[in-house]
Amino acid sequence: MAASFLLIQLLSGLAHAMVLFLIASGLSLIFGVTRIVNFAHGSFYMLAAYLAYSLAGWLPLGPAAFYVGVLLAALAVGALGALVEVALLRRVYRAPELYQLLLTFALVLVVADVVRFVWGTENKTGPAAPGLEGSVPIAGQLFPTYDLALVLLGPAVAGGLWWLFHRTRWGILIRAATQDREMVAVLGVDQRRLFTSVFFLGSALAGLAGALQLPRQALTNVMDAAVITEAFVVVVVGGMGSVPGALLAAVVIGVLDAFGVLVFPRASLVMMFAIMAVVLVVRPWGLLGRPEAQPRGAGGPVVAESAVTLPRPVVLAAAAALVLGPPLLPVFHVWVLVEILAFALFAASLHLLMGTGGLVSFGHAATFGLGAYGAALLVQRAGAPMELAFLAAPLVAAAGAALIGWFCVRLTSIYFAMLTLAFAQIAYAIAHQWYDVTGGDNGLLGIWPAPWLAAPLRYYYLALAAAGAGVALLALIGRAPFGLVLRAARDHARRAEAAGIHVRRHQWIAFVVAGFFGGLAGAIFVFLKGSVFPTYLAVPMSIEPLVMVLLGGVHAFAGAPLGAAVFKLLDTVVTQYTDAWQLVLGTVLILLVLVFPRGLLGILAARRAG
Amino acid sequence: MSRRWALTGAVALLLAAAGPAAAQGPIKIGEINSFSGIAAPFTGPYRQAVEMVVDEINARGGVLGRKLQVIFRDDKGQPAEAVKHAQELVAGEKVVLIAGTFLSNVGLAVSDWARQNRVLFVAAEPLTEALTWAKGHDYVFRVRPNTYQQGVMLAEKAAKMKYQRWATIGPNYEYGKRAWETFRDRLRQLRPDVQVVGEHWPTLGKLEPGPFVSAILNQNPEALYVSLFGSDWLAFVREANKRGLFQKMFVVGILLGEPEYIEPLKTEAPEGMLVTGYPWYDIDIPAHRDWVARYQKRFDRHPMLGSLVGYITYLSVAEALRKAGSTETDKLVAAFRGLRVETPIGPIAFRAVDGQSTMGAWVGFTKIDPKRGVGIMVNHEYIPGDRVLPSEEEVRKMRAGG
Repeated sequence: MAASFLLIQLLSGLAHAMVLFLIASGLSLIFGVTRIVNFAHGSFYMLAAYLAYSLAGWLPLGPAAFYVGVLLAALAVGALGALVEVALLRRVYRAPELYQLLLTFALVLVVADVVRFVWGTENKTGPAAPGLEGSVPIAGQLFPTYDLALVLLGPAVAGGLWWLFHRTRWGILIRAATQDREMVAVLGVDQRRLFTSVFFLGSALAGLAGALQLPRQALTNVMDAAVITEAFVVVVVGGMGSVPGALLAAVVIGVLDAFGVLVFPRASLVMMFAIMAVVLVVRPWGLLGRPEAQPRGAGGPVVAESAVTLPRPVVLAAAAALVLGPPLLPVFHVWVLVEILAFALFAASLHLLMGTGGLVSFGHAATFGLGAYGAALLVQRAGAPMELAFLAAPLVAAAGAALIGWFCVRLTSIYFAMLTLAFAQIAYAIAHQWYDVTGGDNGLLGIWPAPWLAAPLRYYYLALAAAGAGVALLALIGRAPFGLVLRAARDHARRAEAAGIHVRRHQWIAFVVAGFFGGLAGAIFVFLKGSVFPTYLAVPMSIEPLVMVLLGGVHAFAGAPLGAAVFKLLDTVVTQYTDAWQLVLGTVLILLVLVFPRGLLGILAARRAG
Repeated sequence: MSRRWALTGAVALLLAAAGPAAAQGPIKIGEINSFSGIAAPFTGPYRQAVEMVVDEINARGGVLGRKLQVIFRDDKGQPAEAVKHAQELVAGEKVVLIAGTFLSNVGLAVSDWARQNRVLFVAAEPLTEALTWAKGHDYVFRVRPNTYQQGVMLAEKAAKMKYQRWATIGPNYEYGKRAWETFRDRLRQLRPDVQVVGEHWPTLGKLEPGPFVSAILNQNPEALYVSLFGSDWLAFVREANKRGLFQKMFVVGILLGEPEYIEPLKTEAPEGMLVTGYPWYDIDIPAHRDWVARYQKRFDRHPMLGSLVGYITYLSVAEALRKAGSTETDKLVAAFRGLRVETPIGPIAFRAVDGQSTMGAWVGFTKIDPKRGVGIMVNHEYIPGDRVLPSEEEVRKMRAGG
């Protein structure tokens, strides 16, 4: 390869890297200081892009309209970020910090529909940047002037942030808060203003990144989802809360991606996640991050109080309703119930990790997908009977979880969460790419129950038996000595170790057990739908059980199945009656979080505490 | 007593007579499509046309003396969601058939559910060949010409050109892979001298165009085959324009002449590309001109390809209902086999062997229309779908193999 080509490829990678850096630096700041896993960061990026699109067309400023529009859009989105912090997030700071994640998830839904209704669903292309339209010859090839400007802008923004953090009092406080928030509070710094200002700056950076994409990319309704996982990857690879780390990680990822596609044409699907997995295994706190003084769950401690349990009569009544009710229901309701059962088990299996173990997984879809693919492959490729495939699926998932867990339990907090995400994405990429075995994105079809189980009620009772047994076993495990050990490790890993508990081994076993039941949930689901696709392993499938556990109340084991039921019912009903399902669902979730800041069953915990 | 029984009997008789009349409610059709998510940019015009055609049919008295009613459901671009809607539409709403879908994997999931549950599924837009061939079955029919057909149309034109060194870029996705393979294989049959110098497979929906454009330029092919679409395609064009890619090579683009893909580029659309598409502004069929006028009058915008497919899908459904004289699935399936439908672009038929319609596509070259400020197709030719379909013998083999 000619040197000129390598230079151009490097510059192309750097232009991509600078956009990644802008988004990720904002996210890193917010996460570093507030520990909030802000899913809405991608939504702010999208919103700013659309705002800048409208402003650039509307402002009567001639060529300056584009630049003023970009700045105004970034500022407006920054202000919106601050508003969200003040009006919504601040109300739930006293709840376990993960609840803010639920709020930001709801915001993602709301913003998505707002964009859809205001700007429409059709793809749009923004204007070129005046003065930077063409390209310049570099080493005998043409390179877009605008991309070159981005390559220069990135370091300039990084320099500005460096100045802000090292030369202003506000920046020094931010750095201190990233290191040790409690200490900063003890020293009498008003955290509220700190948090609001961080949200403003972080969101404005996301907005700047989105607005600056106008001349390069197309505007779509799904650009939020496309960017948010990538932003998290850059944050974690760089080291949480570290702006230079975000810059370095963005450059590494952007450049490796640019060269990777030359060697492996399909590499960009998984390149970023492979890099993240390697970095996390070798250097768990990221390239330029520092090991945490006190390891915490992703988004802070998950559970501060002891667990609550439902009164026995309530549990018995629910069980009786599930056994006796369905024959009286219309067929479609029975199908919805089967789906709820699958997700109740899926959420309950995540609860073992997240609630009991304090290990927040962002990649639980891997277990669900492995179970679903395991069952499907046994039926399709090995010709196994459905009954056998159904029973073997959880074993496949448990085996996968054993492998993934072995690496993941070496990490804590957000790094654990992100490594599980990396493995889930790698599993997704394998399912997507291995056409001969998995059928690629066209999936595997014809995975139906055996004829004697095919009638809706019969399949329902199979699902009820499997999910019921699974949930009951998980409840037992949570209360057994094994579960108590997990809780001890969650609440104070060092003391648990001092008491002679092998923390990692217990967490690894919990990971495998959660994988087993996640896989069983996948098996229930795959024979309900009759087909399996890589989307079963994708990010939204990992977010859903997380949302369910939080919605139900992470304090109570029963919260997971309850959250699953409420979320699925809401989703099913809302989707049926309105096109604006994201807006309605998002708004309902926001209201639920504000009314039940510890989840639906959190009320019980609050009453007990009171 | 006897009077009372007689009265009861009379009422019962009346009710029995009224029975069919009571069943004379509308004929319900379940429409599942991606109104949100990754395919949402393309389903809006489709939905408009469905509403339009159903209103037109109902204004003429409906079908079998009953009105048509379409119940829309959003699959969010997810196969599992689509299957849930299919269950609900059939069990709850009692629809007589399911229609729609855009994404291939969603279409396949619904199709497999339809096979298992013996429900008729009229797939509108999914392009994967597997739907009617390798994974085909008796209960599925498809309106739009599939990936194979469009790839072959382009290959037959491209084979007449001088280009030998080819490269490709497409989404890392079954559609992209098959769009390229069918084109490449047919091209090689016709032109054994063709070489492939590069293949590029960016992730669907996440194309960062710079590295790909420079890699393609570095391979220096004479011609490039593109199966990108949506936002990936738009981003690619913007970068490729700045680096002069379109001046250095001939470009062939599957689907890229469809207004859905070329119009968002406005005047940035590349000229001189060989594409399949839909030149709605330039189709010399009176019925089509009339249809475009009606569409524009009603919606105050011109139709997209999705509009045409939506319109034809529901014309076909209505025609099948008429031919079957019934809403029973088995009779409808029998009616769809070999069904002939008069459409705004002329007659099409659903092949008995695989349920693929003979709707074709237009093949032509792109050019900027200075008046409207968007790319259009010129020198185009309509290629009927049946001219590029494999023989019934080959189709039977593929269906048996699946």
